[in-house]
Amino acid sequence: MFVYIIRRLLQMIPVLLGVILVVFLIMQMVPGDPAVLLAGEGASAETIAKMRTQLGLDQPIMVQYAQYVFNVFQGDLGTSLRSNLPVWDEIMARLPATIELALASIFVTVVLGMIAGIVSATKQYSAADITIMVIALLGVSLPSFWLGLSLIYTFSVKLQLFPVAGWGTWKHMILPAITLGTAGAAIVARMTRSSMLDVVRQDYIRTAKAKGLRETVIIYKHALKNALIPIITVVGLQFGFLLGGTVLVESVFAINGLGRLIVDAIRMRDLPVVQGGVLIASIIFVFVNLLVDVLYRYFNKRIDLN
Amino acid sequence: MKVEIAPTNQALPPKAAAARPSRWRTFYRKLRKNKLAMVGGCIVIFYIAIALLAPFIAPYDPYEIDLVNKLKPPSAEHWMGTDDKGRDVMSRLLYGTQLSMSVGFVAVFIGAFFGIILGLLSGYYGGWVDTVISRIIDVLLAFPGILLSLAIVSALGPSLFNVMIAVGIFSIPVFARIVRGSTLTVKKLEYIDAIRSLGANDFTIIFRHIFPNILSPIIVQATMRLATAILSAAGLSFLGLGAQPPLPEWGAMLSNGRDFLFTAPHLAMFPGFAIATLVLGFNIFGDGLRDALDPRMKQ
Repeated sequence: MFVYIIRRLLQMIPVLLGVILVVFLIMQMVPGDPAVLLAGEGASAETIAKMRTQLGLDQPIMVQYAQYVFNVFQGDLGTSLRSNLPVWDEIMARLPATIELALASIFVTVVLGMIAGIVSATKQYSAADITIMVIALLGVSLPSFWLGLSLIYTFSVKLQLFPVAGWGTWKHMILPAITLGTAGAAIVARMTRSSMLDVVRQDYIRTAKAKGLRETVIIYKHALKNALIPIITVVGLQFGFLLGGTVLVESVFAINGLGRLIVDAIRMRDLPVVQGGVLIASIIFVFVNLLVDVLYRYFNKRIDLN
Repeated sequence: MKVEIAPTNQALPPKAAAARPSRWRTFYRKLRKNKLAMVGGCIVIFYIAIALLAPFIAPYDPYEIDLVNKLKPPSAEHWMGTDDKGRDVMSRLLYGTQLSMSVGFVAVFIGAFFGIILGLLSGYYGGWVDTVISRIIDVLLAFPGILLSLAIVSALGPSLFNVMIAVGIFSIPVFARIVRGSTLTVKKLEYIDAIRSLGANDFTIIFRHIFPNILSPIIVQATMRLATAILSAAGLSFLGLGAQPPLPEWGAMLSNGRDFLFTAPHLAMFPGFAIATLVLGFNIFGDGLRDALDPRMKQ
């Protein structure tokens, strides 16, 4: 397992370099001269030229990219145009809220999705099964920002059970986590159902039934363990959507997280923050994918991932 | 010496060529049996009809400001109420169908066009071409959710056109991966060897003989992707990065409605419902298409 993790870490290097390259190239697409942008509209030609040298913009593009990669690996993502603070510090100040939101949403995705999927599979074609699958179809199609606003209107404005916006207490977490986790829960529910249905048709489950084992033991001890493998993959994939989705949900619930930082930075044309924010979120996603692969291997030792 | 290769169905013996339509008939029969897919198809057709007929069925001009009647709840005069500038929400929603559908179709077209070409080249040539393209796909897939689109829009500037490009680029790796996999399978089939031995060039083999045979997963993916594209584009407009005022794009309408959530919740309710039902339509129709066209893709 150790060798496998090392190998996967090494394989990640070209992907990370590629991600940095894409972010770097996207920022090259920005119309206008970044030196003018940074120096301000009214800056003199001398100041702009100085800024160009300072930023390395007078260097060939490959040198600029190499310098950018070098800086990124040192944690230097540049300086925010708005606050003049290092981008790294700005991101680190906002990241905890986003990670908390993503973890709370993953909890909703996994728990709600798996319970719904198991109930659906064990009671195939019943009213409960059909209801769950219809809700799952709706769940995949709901725009998270609309669901968020509907939840705010119902539970915060009308019933006054939860705060309208903000972050800090467990009460702040519930509505955003449901908003962000619903689509994932719907996908996990569908996946759990089909995976469980595949497993319960296997011979060893029939044997377990013939032995007279209780249904709960068969489901949770024997069937679920093997049904988990495809579910883990789906949950891992969902994490990417969750990270991307935080942008919208943080905006709806006014949460000061990484997603909102990126959106605010786009509005203010604070490009170093956009660049750094997208990069950090993608690096986190690449590492989560590695974690998913390791878990996949752990739960399914028969697969030779080498 | 080069030999001119006839299109696939003409190259087949008459019996086989005659048997070809039955594949589509089987597909249609399967699709028709799937009631849920038919419901999805009807929803999609309904919205396409609305998009086409919007200028004829919209009761008001979607841009006409009437400040006297601003923020009116749904009534007999304005079925879906009015917005903060007194514009008729229903008319804006009907016209918005054109915008939201166009964004979805254009974005998927961009994604499919480049994704198909990359996937075909990668799967057919293999070797270093495959390695390079596959690494590009890996890198593009390493961006979580809509963050890649967000980064592109931030560079190009907020506009509906840029959202189409951004969401299109976001879809390229998905199509490329599927097409690459299908191409790898099809290129090993005997008929491709036969065509090659007749002297057909790579272009003819790829675009006239492989491409028509991998259409099923592409059609399924395009339908499913339309749902994602419409959702992503609406999300970007909701954030103020897509359609700009006064365009009646659904995501932008929802964003505007957010400011009046406490006083006029209908402003957010109707566009949200429209996005959800259209996306639901594409999702369930796509599910049905997959089951009928390419059951192996079913998870």
